Amino acid sequence: MYAFLTGPMLWLSFAICILGCAWRAYMYVKGLSWQLDRVAYGHNTDLAVKGALKSIFHWLIPFASCSWRAKPVFATAFFLLHIGLVIVPIFLYAHVMIVAERFGVSWPTMPDGLADILTILAILAGLFILLRRFGLSEVRIITTRQDLGIMAISLAPLVTGFVAAHQSGDGNGWLLAHIITGEIWLIAVPFTKLSHAVLFFCSRAQIGIDFGTKRGGQRGSGIVW
Amino acid sequence: MPEGIYCNKRPITTEEELKALLSDTRGTKYYEEMLSLEVDREKLWATIQKTCKSRTKTWLDVCARCGLCADSCFLYLVNDCKPEQVPSYKIQSTLGEIVRRKGDVDNAFMRHAMEVAWSQCTCCNRCAMYCPHGIDMGVMMGYTRGLLYSQGFVPWELKIGAGMHRVYRAQMDVTTEDWVETCEWMAEEQQDDWPGLEIPVDKEDADIMYTCNAREPKHYPEDLAEAAILFHIAGENWTVPSEGWEQTSLSMFAGDWEACKLQVENVYAAIDRLKPKRVIGTECGHAHRATVIEGPFWAGRPDGQPPAPYIHYVQWVAEALREGKLKIDPAKRIKQPVTYQDSCNYIRNWGLAETAREILSYLVEPGYLIEMTPNKEHNYCCGGGGGFNGIGKFRPQRNKALLTKRDQILATGAKLVIAPCHNCWDAIRDLEEEYHIHIDWSFLKPLLLKMVIVPEHLKPKDEEEGDEE
Ligand code: SF4
Ligand code: SF4
Ligand code: SF4
Repeated sequence: MYAFLTGPMLWLSFAICILGCAWRAYMYVKGLSWQLDRVAYGHNTDLAVKGALKSIFHWLIPFASCSWRAKPVFATAFFLLHIGLVIVPIFLYAHVMIVAERFGVSWPTMPDGLADILTILAILAGLFILLRRFGLSEVRIITTRQDLGIMAISLAPLVTGFVAAHQSGDGNGWLLAHIITGEIWLIAVPFTKLSHAVLFFCSRAQIGIDFGTKRGGQRGSGIVW
Repeated sequence: MPEGIYCNKRPITTEEELKALLSDTRGTKYYEEMLSLEVDREKLWATIQKTCKSRTKTWLDVCARCGLCADSCFLYLVNDCKPEQVPSYKIQSTLGEIVRRKGDVDNAFMRHAMEVAWSQCTCCNRCAMYCPHGIDMGVMMGYTRGLLYSQGFVPWELKIGAGMHRVYRAQMDVTTEDWVETCEWMAEEQQDDWPGLEIPVDKEDADIMYTCNAREPKHYPEDLAEAAILFHIAGENWTVPSEGWEQTSLSMFAGDWEACKLQVENVYAAIDRLKPKRVIGTECGHAHRATVIEGPFWAGRPDGQPPAPYIHYVQWVAEALREGKLKIDPAKRIKQPVTYQDSCNYIRNWGLAETAREILSYLVEPGYLIEMTPNKEHNYCCGGGGGFNGIGKFRPQRNKALLTKRDQILATGAKLVIAPCHNCWDAIRDLEEEYHIHIDWSFLKPLLLKMVIVPEHLKPKDEEEGDEE
């Protein structure tokens, strides 16, 4: 069981995640239409690239967009959750060691203490975002069951991973749960709203090109995000 | 009843149909018939499959339901933060629902969607700046309007407006003859004060071709005269086309994309015919958006550019002041608290925030310009955009929407609002009439005329004085 989950199943999950995401990005770009979108793709390429990068950058960097600055509490929770979900797993000592053992490649890791703190903060941030959904009427009205499901899928590997890492003795149950929930998360990415892992970049680049080449970009002002 | 006599899925194509619809006062029968207008579900779904692609589909799918867009929408704020006014909700409960149900929606749903599309969104595109995914509800609402229009669910006035463009290639029944006559009449009328002033029609290879908003010849032809005088003072070599002079597009508000194409092609044909070095449009904001920003795409121009460089009036004024073609008499600069209304259509859609400020630096004595908060790219819609101003059925909602601008203006303490965009100008006029806050509002042209230094050689000679009483 353990061997299967950490062997073929793990590879399958990664494959589904990566290929699925690539497919979504490919389909997104393929489905763009200059006439329907009223954006001149392929013209003014340097303005387009500039607009796209500016658009992505301002939202990827904490507090770099007006909107992030206008909602500092939510923005903080948002970034903490995403750091916990994306950055921590990549630089976690335990994860890097597994890769190193199997493939002989490795990269710098983060101290376990820091990883712990970031994981806890991410879990708390997730819970806060969940509570916010119910607490604020403007968010409650647009919340769907899918949104709750996604949050559950995302928090599960964090919680199980944290407990597994801190279990002395027989940690097998939690470790197994961590592996399973992690794989569920990976597989869910391309098929659910988690696809924003790639579609965020597509969508942001597209609107960046729109503003950068058409809506003011040619007059040097683009838009301030 | 699948289709009514007044309310149906067919666009207006003849003058008779137009007159018939106009005769239905305030659309009474039209809206009555709408109650039983049938939805062509197959056609609706087929259209969606053909036109709801990557960008729109992804926007609908990836919306994180985070609600960050809520506060960005002035309609949400001004309507006491009603959750139904959250941009994401407005689109998910209309377009999102139609897509999820694969077009299987009924009459009541469509009427509700019509109300949302035309009375809860002015397509001001402000929310696009506040959404992490860059989801632009203004664009999506425009798309939704197109779907609704194709099924006959469109406010009466906009069905007429789109019909006007189809029949007259103008938002009002101004024919080519009416237009040319107005040009002659206005030129003649100015002769005493401005000897030699012309409004040249159909001059080829001019430096400037000027286009306008049909309301100008129809309701305030002085605006055309003022444009002529300013070009005259600036020494411009300019012309107007006899055909293709109307730059606005109510069909864009209506979501009648076919009429949009017909309209803009008419203007582009004039450019091709007269070959001006560049085209300058009037102060109207949506006219600029229709003909210059979106128009090239309707006309099938993949580079997104009109056939000749086409600039907004604000750009020409800034240039004329900068280059000294127009000189302002310093003694006549505005010396009272004044504020400026940024039109969404050329701020967020054309980037003219600084250009407008440049003009103001010439017109307003330092210290007298008080900016609204927020302003420039972050400005709020005047409250009457996207067709909202003209729809009688939604007048109460529109009047409520005006409160945002009213309060912004009041907070500046200004007594004069400079509002180049026609639509904003209207909204500000209406808010004054509705709420009496004792303000004035003005286009740029009359202000410029009051302040500009007239070169000696253009002034009328006094010889004939004494002939008259
Ligand atoms: S801000 Fe964007 S992602 Fe968030 S709810 Fe609004 S439209 Fe959806
Ligand atoms: S486009 Fe403007 S009016 Fe429409 S939802 Fe967005 S902010 Fe509100
Ligand atoms: S009327 Fe003016 S303020 Fe309102 S949407 Fe149009 S341009 Fe913007």
